[in-house]
Amino acid sequence: MAVITFLFWAAVTLAAAMALSWGFRKLAATATRGEMSRALRDAPLTASFGMMVILIYLIVAIFAPLLAPYPERMVVGSQFQPWTAEHWLGTDALGRDMLSRMIYGTRNTVGIAFATTALAFLIGSVLGLLAATVGGWLDQGLSRLVDVFMAIPSLIFALLLLTIFGTSILTLILVIAVIDSTRVFRLARAVSEGVVVMDFIEAARLRGERLPYLITREILPNVTAPLVAEFGLRFCFVFLAISALSFLGLGIQPPTADWGSMVRENATLITFGDITPLLPAGAIALLTVAVNFVVDWQLYRASGLKE
Amino acid sequence: MAENGADRSAKQDVLLQIRDLRIDGKSGDDWLPIVKGVDLTLHKGEVLGLIGESGAGKSTIGLAAMGFARDGCRISGGTIEFDGIDLRKSSEDKLRRLRGKRIAYVAQSAAASFNPAHKLMDQYCETPVRHGVMGRSEAEHDAVELYRKMQLPNPEEIGFRYPHQVSGGQLQRAMTAMAMSCRPDLIIFDEPTTALDVTTQIEVLAAIRDIVEQFGTAAIYITHDLAVVAQMADRIKILLKGDEVEEADTRTMLTEPKDDYTKSLWAVRSFKRETQAAPEGQPVISVRNVSASYGPVQVLDDVSFDIYARRTVAVVGESGSGKSTAARVITGLLPPTKGEVLFEGTPLPPDYRKRTRDQLRHTQMIYQMADTALNPKLSIRKIIGRPAQMYLGLRGRKLTERIRELLHLIEMEPDEYIDRLPSELSGGQKQRIGIARALAAEPRFIICDEVTSALDQIVAEGILRLLDRLQSEFDLAYMFITHDLATVKAIADDVVVMQQGRVVEQGPKDEMFRPPHHPYTQLLLSSVPEMDPDWLTRLLEERRHKDQPASADA
Repeated sequence: MAVITFLFWAAVTLAAAMALSWGFRKLAATATRGEMSRALRDAPLTASFGMMVILIYLIVAIFAPLLAPYPERMVVGSQFQPWTAEHWLGTDALGRDMLSRMIYGTRNTVGIAFATTALAFLIGSVLGLLAATVGGWLDQGLSRLVDVFMAIPSLIFALLLLTIFGTSILTLILVIAVIDSTRVFRLARAVSEGVVVMDFIEAARLRGERLPYLITREILPNVTAPLVAEFGLRFCFVFLAISALSFLGLGIQPPTADWGSMVRENATLITFGDITPLLPAGAIALLTVAVNFVVDWQLYRASGLKE
Repeated sequence: MAENGADRSAKQDVLLQIRDLRIDGKSGDDWLPIVKGVDLTLHKGEVLGLIGESGAGKSTIGLAAMGFARDGCRISGGTIEFDGIDLRKSSEDKLRRLRGKRIAYVAQSAAASFNPAHKLMDQYCETPVRHGVMGRSEAEHDAVELYRKMQLPNPEEIGFRYPHQVSGGQLQRAMTAMAMSCRPDLIIFDEPTTALDVTTQIEVLAAIRDIVEQFGTAAIYITHDLAVVAQMADRIKILLKGDEVEEADTRTMLTEPKDDYTKSLWAVRSFKRETQAAPEGQPVISVRNVSASYGPVQVLDDVSFDIYARRTVAVVGESGSGKSTAARVITGLLPPTKGEVLFEGTPLPPDYRKRTRDQLRHTQMIYQMADTALNPKLSIRKIIGRPAQMYLGLRGRKLTERIRELLHLIEMEPDEYIDRLPSELSGGQKQRIGIARALAAEPRFIICDEVTSALDQIVAEGILRLLDRLQSEFDLAYMFITHDLATVKAIADDVVVMQQGRVVEQGPKDEMFRPPHHPYTQLLLSSVPEMDPDWLTRLLEERRHKDQPASADA
């Protein structure tokens, strides 16, 4: 019986998700114009689902103070209250409103993860492209440096750096970004190496083009597809890294709401059959899936992959 | 050979019979017809030549003769009957037992088709042993025998080498030997010599013809080179965009083609530009005693030649002779170890990074592979517009006007093409864009690096005519790097023959094509296939008598 109920609800959720994404695609296609509208109309349902989810997360993150019924850090009741009309998702280990913390957590966790990934990509791809284009000692120097960084297990390296530099949010972002940028560097360099040997790059060099033009106009458009795909993946890893660090006490510090540490703080509830602590984890999973749906679609469009 | 082809058709020894073959290719969500109802009959021991431009569907038909369709293709109609077996209705398992054993395939690029991780002998033995035709030791013995028949050097030993240790021409012959391993009834040759130099091509052609004759194998020979097919085939079938144009035995086809399209194919090699006036004044580019090396390996040795305005210098030689390296020295990509390059009398800095913008502007380059020479992510507008913007400072409306003018010059409709991406153009059109990009810089001198070798003959001829017209319009000097002597005959004023990094002979074209020749020039010249079906037989006969060192790729 339980299996049938589960299947029923799974089917209902799937159908609802499909209907919602279909509606969202219609809406998005009519709201935009020209090339953009055409692209959105032809997008697969998975991609429009992903975009819808990301949009919702964005709205929640931006308007968190308006949406949340209670402040982020205020103790509003007793500990571990069940779901009630007053506290929709109950309260946490200290008696703070769960829903409000979830909403603020969007802002913190997603914001930090996004900033970190973006920074990692900025550092990694700029250096990777430079190394591939300039070559010679610069390439050797950067590549060997990155090799050294990559030789140290990343979590231990992050712990080490965080204990040295302290655990503010800024250092957290910088440390994870630098560590992750080594992976991006590797990818950007490898992909660009394949482009740099092409005749059109030789033609551009013989034309007397300068390095910035060469990198941004000639090489970058040809390496965006794999970089975009990597972005989706990296974003999820950064998420996990932040959660892992929070779990070890060196990530986002309480009382700031963060999905990773929310799971840990309320983990005891699981033993009582309450699924509340799993909600932040579910939020992470949903966003991860959504980002990858959109990235897949973009990759498909950029590379012209057919199968 | 050709004569009894007609007799045979009367007899009941049909090997392959294809009726109303239709093949579709997937494009987006639609299936577009690639082959639109082609009939084909092949008798035992007969060689059929399939000719057509790229996109004519020749390779697709060749594969269909094995009951195979590439990914993204499907056989949608017609019958394929091989020796009484309907290949379309046969199971995959049955087909597998036919392929390799009774029908074999020789691909265009042997270098790409051999598995680099296994020795030639292992790859040779795989098919006969797997099919149970013979045991391993017997197969090895047989391989040596066939290697000998294919005139491979050291037949006893060559099978124990890896593919990268063997030259391209030898690999192509080894692949033909491999196709023969089970003594199949039918071999499909898909452009087996297109990737080879003329001198190497001869040997592969001779070897293929020998072995096909000796074993009485039937063959389908796919190519876009008419002169080659004239040597090989008993009958020729001409294809255009998936349709048959006409079919006849080789001699009839060569002497009295019926269809206009066939006639146009035949006429392609007739392009010859007018003889130019003798050079006067200062050469635009002069290469003086240049030697160059890649690391310790010397690739150019004391090379000198001059190129004058309105004249075309063809630099010929096989691959590895240093033709492209000479171009790299002129453009400044490879600074020479000795000697210098003068532009209108003034020496150019050896490294392109040290040259002024104007010096860079005056030397432009057109590449062999238009696919890799145009950035796939930039629109035609940006590709052509960039040099005009950079060197001539054109902006906005003026720039657009200039781009449209350039597109007109290369005979492409600006409104239709200006905002397209390179992937939306055909091979010939891409090459034209490459030319427009060079012209946009308003140069004095253009290096054309094998610009027509990746193109079909009709398209190639169009490119040559265009280059010729542009030369007289803009007083350009051309350096034409090629290994195709037909192209040289068509477009060159002066010829520089290179071998192993040295210039072996140079002078005006007419002198070069008149004897006496340097032996190497002679070898190159005599290796260019002619449209005469007896040419190869005669040439081999002559070479045998003269006992000339025929091999250039050993």
